[in-house]
Amino acid sequence: MTSLVVSNLTVSHGAIRALRDISFEVNEGELTAIIGANGAGKTTLLRTLSGLKSAESGTATWRDRNILGKRPEDLVRRGISHVSEGKSVIPELTVRENLVIGGLWRRDKSGTEKAINEAVELFPRLGERMSQSANTLSGGERQMLAIGRALVSRPKLLFLDEPSLGLAPLIIEQIFSAIKNLQKSMNLTVVLVEQNATSALEIADTGVILNLGELVATGNARELLEDPALKSAYLGY
Amino acid sequence: MHKLSTKKALTAFIIFGWILVIVADRVDELRVYQGATIAITTLAIASIILLTGYSGQVSLGHGAFLAFGAYAAALAQTYWQSPFWFTLLVAVMVSAAFGFILGFAAGRLSGPYLAGTTLALAVGLPTLANQFSFLGGETGLVYDAGSPPARFGEEFTLYKWFFWIAAFVVLIAMFLLRNLLNSRFGRTWKSLRANPTAAALCGVNVAQSKVLAFTISAGVAGLSGALLGMISIVAPSAFPLSLSFTIITGAILAGVTSLLGSMLGAVVLVVIPEIADVISHQLGDSEKVTTNLPGFIISVLLILTVLFSPNGPAEAMRKRREQHAKH
Amino acid sequence: MRNLIGTLLIGLTLGSIYSLMALALVLVWRSTRVVNFAQAGQAIVTTYIAYEIVTRTGVFWLAVLFAVVAGALIGAGVEYFLMRTLFRHVDEGPVAALAPVIATLGLLGIIRSIVGMIWGNDFRSFYSPVSTDNFVFAGESIPFSPLNVLIILSTVVVMIIFSIIFQRTDLGLSLRAAAFQPEIARLAGIRVGPIRTLGWVFAGVAGAIAGVLVTPTTILSPNSLDLLLVFGFVAAVIGGLESLPGAVLGGLVLGLGVSFVLNYVGTSLVFPSIFIVLIISLIVRPNGLLGSKKVRSA
Repeated sequence: MTSLVVSNLTVSHGAIRALRDISFEVNEGELTAIIGANGAGKTTLLRTLSGLKSAESGTATWRDRNILGKRPEDLVRRGISHVSEGKSVIPELTVRENLVIGGLWRRDKSGTEKAINEAVELFPRLGERMSQSANTLSGGERQMLAIGRALVSRPKLLFLDEPSLGLAPLIIEQIFSAIKNLQKSMNLTVVLVEQNATSALEIADTGVILNLGELVATGNARELLEDPALKSAYLGY
Repeated sequence: MHKLSTKKALTAFIIFGWILVIVADRVDELRVYQGATIAITTLAIASIILLTGYSGQVSLGHGAFLAFGAYAAALAQTYWQSPFWFTLLVAVMVSAAFGFILGFAAGRLSGPYLAGTTLALAVGLPTLANQFSFLGGETGLVYDAGSPPARFGEEFTLYKWFFWIAAFVVLIAMFLLRNLLNSRFGRTWKSLRANPTAAALCGVNVAQSKVLAFTISAGVAGLSGALLGMISIVAPSAFPLSLSFTIITGAILAGVTSLLGSMLGAVVLVVIPEIADVISHQLGDSEKVTTNLPGFIISVLLILTVLFSPNGPAEAMRKRREQHAKH
Repeated sequence: MRNLIGTLLIGLTLGSIYSLMALALVLVWRSTRVVNFAQAGQAIVTTYIAYEIVTRTGVFWLAVLFAVVAGALIGAGVEYFLMRTLFRHVDEGPVAALAPVIATLGLLGIIRSIVGMIWGNDFRSFYSPVSTDNFVFAGESIPFSPLNVLIILSTVVVMIIFSIIFQRTDLGLSLRAAAFQPEIARLAGIRVGPIRTLGWVFAGVAGAIAGVLVTPTTILSPNSLDLLLVFGFVAAVIGGLESLPGAVLGGLVLGLGVSFVLNYVGTSLVFPSIFIVLIISLIVRPNGLLGSKKVRSA
């Protein structure tokens, strides 16, 4: 069953066309990796799909309902969570508070507590630092916290924007395997934006390759990894 | 103002100065006095444009620097018997010195904390004079520019003399300021304001540059303060908190990045009370309306400007052109 | 000794007055990171409304009720119509950081002039709910009256209530998250728009209370709360804008400072001493007495 359908999406930043006529589909329960070099438009794509930016033309639907032009906080209530690039925790709040805010919209205290416990199970390092201020966390821990927060919202569709940015390979491995686990255990649909193309395609089911705002290829992740033309052009070897 | 070469700009200033002289001859005393006020306000607004529009720093209490300048000049005249032109120099130096100090504080304080400090300075400073007799107390110090030279003839009134001095000094100062803002200093400040991190990476000493901006801005403000003291009085009542707000308002109305706009801002500030008078005549001349209408109009203009063209009308037009170009 | 106690009491009274205004300013700051100079304007309108109610009905508490409700509505209105429009239109250029301050200054001017046009600029006296006569203690009159007690109590109550809301409730967590990182808060599902408006509603309520309690001690005129705004802002900065107890502490410090100067030095050094108190406290703690130790750049 397809759940996320993007069709002829065009997005501009002022006078610059960031995305031109992008179309792809993601099936429910699948992990799709969106890769491409800097400036390819990957972050713009996610921000448009999660309501932080408006599109110029085109459509995007989730479970057959339009998601363009909606407010992010409304999309959260429809099961879409977005972990944005770079800064995605609130440093002035504690680790615990950062997790709690993911569940505030639901007003279900016990459900939120349960979700927080699950997030801590997934990322035990967070459990050790619950009452610490989030700005004492390392880069990797912040990423875990950000993902944890998104999970507390109980999403069906999870957008992850470059979770590996600036992190050590060991941590990246941890986070990626956690993401894969989540996908399987919660039947979560995941859209993973990454510059780290190989690692991303290795855990993904399907891949979408962008370059300078245009769609270059889509397909099975394994096939994309093996395709020699794509390899040299976009994966760098 | 950016496009003209220095020589051309100098010519423009000189021609403008001549025009002012000719106009001053033909209008009545009130207008001449207003002209002096406009000139002085222009200079004060220009100091904010340098500080905020170019180097991106905030001062809610620039009236304090006007006061510093005025008092320094008056003291120099009273106790050192300095010639008038020298007192103006003293005004600039003293004010700049205090600006230097505040500039350092500005580096260590973030946004609202700096705003609070400048506000407290503007509130606290003028009444200090009440305490110390050598500062003239409530009545203030005597500061005057002398009578017009005899060779100007008997028709040459005191107000005209004020206007000539103010216009002359302000023209020179604005010319120098213009050159400063077009020089590498100005460009450095603009880069600071846009992106301090990038500027630092390009080798700009951000802290030094900002302090320099504060110092010069204070000096300019001090000069306008001395001139203000000349046409009115050097006493605490001449430097209320509202003076600081008026200057900022003028800067915003002017378009905070435009030196040319500072004159526009000054004119608006002086003209509004006149327009308000006319309107309130139409509305039946009630005292409640007359006293409050100028403030009302200026505040409305201020909000409209901040909402719709916060960086000045020039910026707003440029943005609109950009948007049209896309389609 | 008697002089000292008198000075302390006056300092306490002044301090709690400054604290009330400081609390309103900190509430807006903590919800939307804006310094709301228009607070004085909002408070003066609600105070005039209370004045009308009290002169017509003679029931002070009814007037307070009207003032508080008006304060809430006006606060919401300012946030919704002015601040949101502002944030939509202004996001770049040198004035971006300054713009909300300028806008609130402009609004203050507008409100003040409208108030002046409706009620006139003359001074009026404002009814006090409790006696303003000084207490008599052991045959001596001390500079402290039931009104002062009421002011201090109200300040403490307002501080406690809002502190609890901010620190211990989910609503407070939403407010803080929306203020610190509105985008992340949105992505977490928090309705940032209404939350920010609520912050201004709180501030409007605090400001209204400040206005009706403080005005009986002086006079009522369109400009009568302006100086209080400056004192309140300085008090908030001294205490640290991030903290409601800080606002109260800052007010106290400022009040005591002013009182001592008034008593032992003279009236004309009051304003300069505000500046000195501020400078000293910012040197010791650049982020305010109860702010964090690290200096955060603007």
